[in-house]
Amino acid sequence: MHPIVGKTQLSPNVTRLEVEAPRIAQIRLAGQFVIVRAAEGSERIPLTIADANPEHGTITLIIQSVGKTTEDLVALDVGASIRDIAGPLGSATELIEQGRAVCVGGGVGTAVILPIAQGLHRAGVEVTSIIGGRSREWVILEEELSACGELIVCTDDGSYGRPGFVTQALADVIAQADVDAVYAVGPVPMMRAVAEMTRPAAIPTVVSLNPIMVDGTGMCGGCRVSVGGKTMYACVDGPEFDAHAVDFAELADRLSTYRDFEQRALERSHCAVDAAKTPQSTGTA
Amino acid sequence: MDDQQAPELTFEHEPGERAPITPKERMTILRQLMPEQDADTRATNFEEVNLGLTQRLAMIEAERCLQCKNPVCITGCPVQVNIPRFIDLLARGDMRGAADSLLDDNALPCVTGRVCPQESQCEAVCLRGKKGDAVAIGYLERFVADWANRHRDGASVAPASSGKSVAVIGSGPAGLTAAGELAKRGHAVTVFEAFHAAGGVLIYGIPEFRLPKDIVKDEIERLEALGVRIEPNAIIGKTYTLDELREQFDAMFIAVGAGLPVFMDVPGENLKGVYSANEYLTRVNLMGAYRPDSDTPVLHGQRVAVVGGGNVAMDAVRTARRLGASEAIIVYRRSDQELPARREEVHHAQQEGIRFELQVAPVEVVGDDGWVTGMRCVRMDLGEPDESGRRRPVPVPGSEFTIDCDMVVVAIGTRSNPVLTTSAAGLKLNQWGYIEVDGAGMTSLPGVFAGGDIVRGAATVILAMGDGKRAAAAIDAYVAGALPEATPPTEPVTAP
Repeated sequence: MHPIVGKTQLSPNVTRLEVEAPRIAQIRLAGQFVIVRAAEGSERIPLTIADANPEHGTITLIIQSVGKTTEDLVALDVGASIRDIAGPLGSATELIEQGRAVCVGGGVGTAVILPIAQGLHRAGVEVTSIIGGRSREWVILEEELSACGELIVCTDDGSYGRPGFVTQALADVIAQADVDAVYAVGPVPMMRAVAEMTRPAAIPTVVSLNPIMVDGTGMCGGCRVSVGGKTMYACVDGPEFDAHAVDFAELADRLSTYRDFEQRALERSHCAVDAAKTPQSTGTA
Repeated sequence: MDDQQAPELTFEHEPGERAPITPKERMTILRQLMPEQDADTRATNFEEVNLGLTQRLAMIEAERCLQCKNPVCITGCPVQVNIPRFIDLLARGDMRGAADSLLDDNALPCVTGRVCPQESQCEAVCLRGKKGDAVAIGYLERFVADWANRHRDGASVAPASSGKSVAVIGSGPAGLTAAGELAKRGHAVTVFEAFHAAGGVLIYGIPEFRLPKDIVKDEIERLEALGVRIEPNAIIGKTYTLDELREQFDAMFIAVGAGLPVFMDVPGENLKGVYSANEYLTRVNLMGAYRPDSDTPVLHGQRVAVVGGGNVAMDAVRTARRLGASEAIIVYRRSDQELPARREEVHHAQQEGIRFELQVAPVEVVGDDGWVTGMRCVRMDLGEPDESGRRRPVPVPGSEFTIDCDMVVVAIGTRSNPVLTTSAAGLKLNQWGYIEVDGAGMTSLPGVFAGGDIVRGAATVILAMGDGKRAAAAIDAYVAGALPEATPPTEPVTAP
């Protein structure tokens, strides 16, 4: 059991949980993830370790509520516990050791970018982070990323920072200065757009993939992705890959495998909540 | 044997005695049939297919055993269960004696009584099988083991501590067997399991209808009562390194299984609707996706093609049938003769309406809009025997055809999982990435033993258990400082 010791709402659908997991807090490296099972009977899902505090024995998980499983997870309050956390899994990010790097985060992908930006900053790399959201309230981890270097915030509606997509800001950054590496994590269309943008100048670009996964140790093969025409397992061969070699169309397609199921599960779960909230008829109404 | 009628036999017994009949009379008793769920009913549920012998049927079957002077059945068993002894005690009505005898030899008899390929092991060499049917050793093992499970009071007392500690990595059949044997000898055993629940292939792989999960849980609880500690969510090579464990424990046994699924390497394999058997069965069994209210999703294919002919393929195809597939098809490149699955599984699959496309090999998975719509296949001729002794399949030119299907499950085997093995410096592997061991089961690292699929490649539950039992004996000697010099590798008992 892993007690939750901190909980913060970062945006309308993104929550930060600080959870006791002393062993993982001690040994995790940037880019690694854990497999989490909220309670008995819950689905196993992969979550990137956004941060860790080895002294307190806690890890930070940043969760976007997109379905029943993630909703169940963020419904847990401080004092409650997560049933199972396994890890740290996957390979650590290969960080460049000098020069200039751009870290691009879209949506909850910003949480994956954070430990990378921190690692680069610690190594003395000049870091520019570009993060985005639909509008101001969807922008997360601004303060944490500002501490790692330059930060460009974009909003789709222009309500905060620079109007437009993160890719447009990236285009300007790479036009203005030599960039030694780009790290991009976010929705598949964003990562694909970043890959296309850095391809002409052959800027080494790394993306962290989050395909469907069961065990996280290579045993199910559900997380297979095509990279450079070869099938790789994101859990053990990744989760980070050369963006210029990833078959993003296939990845996006495979991610939609359970869309119908997830929709139904969410509706079922909301119906159950609504039913519980509805006062029982007393016969006097 | 299925056409035989169980004769109405009753024996007048003195308590503690066997039936007073001559060997000749004994020879006339026909093999008893396993009561089972009706095929049409069971193809729509996940309850166990075999219902187990009744006391009466078990007592009759036990009388068929001739109590041979030279019991070859024992040597046919990878864990050397003293088969005539427990059958004799059963025939005498001494259930406690039979149970103690069986549990003394076999840490997981409820499991092996259900999933062992008896027809190629103990029952293959049973003298009664030379003329007629072998004694139904598997049925009797299950009967006695289930009795023991229901009458656990007084059993399993934790023995006195030896002061030695052993780490077991992996909680599948090899790991659990080793853990049980080591705990019986008083060693402090910690089992590390990567998943959130113990049991390995017994819980993620073998379906409920063949091996109910409550039975596996009972077997594990029995081990815990012996003092075995289980640590879930611990991936060795990630959560802890092998070197860390070597510092903390006096010895260790690596039994992590083979693990990584092998795919066919044909076009279209990453379409939605293509599963490895590992993923499909894990979703259904470990994660309970067969239940309608499950949080874990699984696709419910209407027409499902399962590639492979082993027990895993049979488990997958029969699972698909139970999840509503109107057509569930085995696609296997050799003939019926070579199907590696237990005969009972093949037979049960046939009864449940599974279609067998034999001497057929896939060449491409075809799809539309990202989803599987069919599998293009080629027919195979069987040529000369290959290294495995089985006739080599050769494609028939111009025989290509397409099987319409909306789901494909690939069950053609596994390969070694490198997560642990590549993170342990000095651990000697063979060319396929499996761990090399000596005759005692010890690896190139002193005090580190290994067994099961991570040594042999994909094999059976009972062979893994045999490894666990042998390694436990060797570890017991090792921690006492009494392990003789490295013994040359013995010829492992191999599955057919």
